[in-house]
Amino acid sequence: MSIPADVVRLPTPSPPRFAAIRALRLGDVPLVPLVILGIIALVAVFANQLAPHNPEIGSLTARFKPPFWVTGGSTEYLFGTDQLGRDVLSRLIFGARVSMVVGFTAVFFAGIVGTALGIISGYLGGWVDQVIMRVTDTWLALPALMFAIFLASIVGPSMWNIVIILGLVYWTRYARVIRGEVLSLKEREFVRLAIVAGCSKLTIMRRHILPNVINSAVVLGTLMLGVVIITEATLSFLGVGVPPPEPAWGLMLSDGKQGLMVGYWWLTVFPGGCIVLMVLSANLLGDWLRVKFDPQLRQL
Amino acid sequence: MTAAPLLELDNLSTHYVSAQGTRVVRAVDEVSLRLNAGETLGIVGESGSGKSTLALTILRVLPPAARIVGGRMLFDGEDLVTKSDAEMQHIRGKRIAMILQDPMASLNPLFTIGDQVAEPIRVHEGARRATAWSRARDLLKAVRIPSPETRLTQYPHEMSGGMRQRIVGAIGISCEPRLLIADEPTTSLDLTIQAQYLRLLHDLQQAHGLALIFITHNLGIVAKMCDQLAVMYAGRMVESGPVSRIFNAPAHPYTRALLNSIPRMGDPDQRLVAIDGQPPDLSALPPGCSFAPRCPQVMPRCRNAAPPPFAPEEGRVARCWLAEPAAVGGDFRVASGVA
Amino acid sequence: MPVLEAAGLSKHFAARRGLFGGDRGTVRAVDGISFTIERGQTLGIVGESGCGKTTTAKLVLGLEVPTGGTMRFEGRDLQELDTAGRRHYRKSVQAVFQDPYASLNPRMRIGAIIAEPLVTNEQLAAAEVRERVLDLLDMVGLPGRAADLFPHEFSGGQRQRIAIARALALSPALIVLDEPVSALDVSIRAQILNLLRDLQARLGLSYLFIAHDLAAVAHMSHTIAVMYLGKIVETGEARALARAPKHPYTEALFSAALPSHPDERREEIILPGEVPSPLNPPSGCRFHPRCPHAMTRCADEEPMLRYVEGRIVACHLYDQGGEASGAAVPLEAVANAD
Repeated sequence: MSIPADVVRLPTPSPPRFAAIRALRLGDVPLVPLVILGIIALVAVFANQLAPHNPEIGSLTARFKPPFWVTGGSTEYLFGTDQLGRDVLSRLIFGARVSMVVGFTAVFFAGIVGTALGIISGYLGGWVDQVIMRVTDTWLALPALMFAIFLASIVGPSMWNIVIILGLVYWTRYARVIRGEVLSLKEREFVRLAIVAGCSKLTIMRRHILPNVINSAVVLGTLMLGVVIITEATLSFLGVGVPPPEPAWGLMLSDGKQGLMVGYWWLTVFPGGCIVLMVLSANLLGDWLRVKFDPQLRQL
Repeated sequence: MTAAPLLELDNLSTHYVSAQGTRVVRAVDEVSLRLNAGETLGIVGESGSGKSTLALTILRVLPPAARIVGGRMLFDGEDLVTKSDAEMQHIRGKRIAMILQDPMASLNPLFTIGDQVAEPIRVHEGARRATAWSRARDLLKAVRIPSPETRLTQYPHEMSGGMRQRIVGAIGISCEPRLLIADEPTTSLDLTIQAQYLRLLHDLQQAHGLALIFITHNLGIVAKMCDQLAVMYAGRMVESGPVSRIFNAPAHPYTRALLNSIPRMGDPDQRLVAIDGQPPDLSALPPGCSFAPRCPQVMPRCRNAAPPPFAPEEGRVARCWLAEPAAVGGDFRVASGVA
Repeated sequence: MPVLEAAGLSKHFAARRGLFGGDRGTVRAVDGISFTIERGQTLGIVGESGCGKTTTAKLVLGLEVPTGGTMRFEGRDLQELDTAGRRHYRKSVQAVFQDPYASLNPRMRIGAIIAEPLVTNEQLAAAEVRERVLDLLDMVGLPGRAADLFPHEFSGGQRQRIAIARALALSPALIVLDEPVSALDVSIRAQILNLLRDLQARLGLSYLFIAHDLAAVAHMSHTIAVMYLGKIVETGEARALARAPKHPYTEALFSAALPSHPDERREEIILPGEVPSPLNPPSGCRFHPRCPHAMTRCADEEPMLRYVEGRIVACHLYDQGGEASGAAVPLEAVANAD
């Protein structure tokens, strides 16, 4: 007679063949996304040492060279060259720098503004809360991309302008989520006890509320990273992002799209692939972090 | 000639096993007890004692990480451990019912009271909706809910906590089970509502010949409602027997310490005797008796070997070296202690 | 001089219903209560959900502002205090709450948690603060190295000790204990209750003790006040009140308390109906719909607090035999009772 599922005679150890797969997750940490992001970060930092050629200056005699494993290509230009003879690999490497800097800085900036407003709004309540929330609602109602394009066309393109614009567009996500957490946090007994001990509102927000919402802000940040990078790439693609000749992956996509018709696939596949890898890794990492700090971010 | 007990647990063990099979928590460890038809048993323990796991084990509704690793559960002579899922479904709700602590979590907010009380009747007896609803109305009357006809079409959020708990009770007795297990049924209720509810359970028991198991941390409920008492500590049953006997002369130091640590209303000069230390971590139990680190009467022997169940008196069991029968003459001696 | 005296204290909340927030009635959470807490003694408050005991605790702690009545701290009316006086009050009244897992900021070390009241209110050198923290830890029976650890490394009972240590940091005169042991395991409760009593004897602390476990309240308190729907129905010396309650509600409440021995026989008084909502309290005496001794008078006229044989009771049953007719009973009478 088969034994029902909840009744067995001994605890069963798991079979060894799954040990290899288990090793890929080193103690539950998602290795693959971390490694990919780590590589991109390293590449960005050591771009000067790693890139074989100058990404901004090309040799007009070497235009549209294919990658080295295709006939016509050479190992001098590993991933081929673009319409101005610039080495694609070098541009990818320097583009990593742009994506990383813009991505992280914008997320950080949005995070600081959004978290601060979320805490103030959630803790102080009353008319402060109403005002901030109405502003947030209005902001959220604006289509992010349109707004970014609009701002970019006003202030003119430059890397730091893009960072600020992206920060301004995306702070609202933080404000909403953090405010929700603060609303439940402030009913917790340790906050009441801080009031009883005589702490000022500012002290409570700084010492008691902020450290307990940082986790959520960080997780939200990793999830926003992918969104921000795609937006930056879109802006660059549309020509209102980081201006040339600074290489950005989105810009490379835009430049390369004409080449698609003629079969110059390497001009779009490589930058596109890099964007996908980075965003996917950021999302996977963010997802894992979210599950780890589960209770607070179930709603996401 | 005593009749066979309604429920008999024989060295029952339930363990929680971690995914890799590395960590084992012995939530219920070789527990034996018996309950006769119509009797009330109180299972007393603190957090981590295993009492709730024991209740889930009897009904075979354990979470996926838990396994019954040994022993038998005889209900009306049949071993519940060997039953298949399908067979257990016929038993749950019909022959053995359970009510839980939080009535709001026990009731589905999206269904009417009538639907929920009628559900077990429809599932187990195949009754049609109309019949089941009229039975439901009678049940609500039996649990003393005023104007039951109007209540049938209402929703749980429209009721007070006390009423919800009574509805949960009505669901429990709807198919006239032989055994009702109540896991902390009054912890969330106000005192006067608790009094109403306990009186109701008592009357229902008399009317239907139910056997009741109260799972609680509150010795007061046991003193008021129960005939038999079983005390659990760290997954083991450390003492069991008739309630009065145990309250008058506890055989196990943990039971004695618990009784001495509870404020007694009529005793103005009582000095509460605290139990040192903390309840144990079930995944890292010390060798020997698990109460040894906190026991005021610990002996060296206790740390080396866990005591088996002894019978200091007829009908009582205690897992304590102090309750071991004296060597000569086979006399049974209860460890005496200042109460 | 008593540490705290409340006279006619009230807290009403506006109950807003409807889309546009029209005022649809008032929740009289606390409706004209008077009590006294003597130096070095414990006032226990018992009552069921909706009786107003939690709101009373918040009023005493200054977490809510009263809508009526007065509170005098060490003889001085709280509403007439200047900033320095208010700060002194803040420092003198501290709290321990029910949930040991939510009472400590999970991101702060124990030392910082205990020191926070000191650091906020006094200018002390770091070394002095450190010394005081170690002193406090010792007072509550925890080792000094606990100061460097985080809350999650402690059990429920230990966390409650830390909460008590923090409450003692400013050497308060009064500590509000709101269900301090309800969330703890039974075997740990006695440890904490004993600790509280020892501290009271050593430091001359006063306690406002709120709990639903009547035996614990009777054990810890010198005086008990029984609340029902925002009003105090009976006040008196703890043991006497528990042994021989006068108000019908107190009788029912104490009869509903669980026995501590199976042979303890108690007259069972089962009250009909539910605990009513404070939004819509019954007319006259608020307890009359459920009272086994209700008379016609009870539905029309709210009973006044009367001084009856050393107890203060608000019940028409005692109108004839009681002394001191009139609106309020002199508060000194409570102190002199029994």
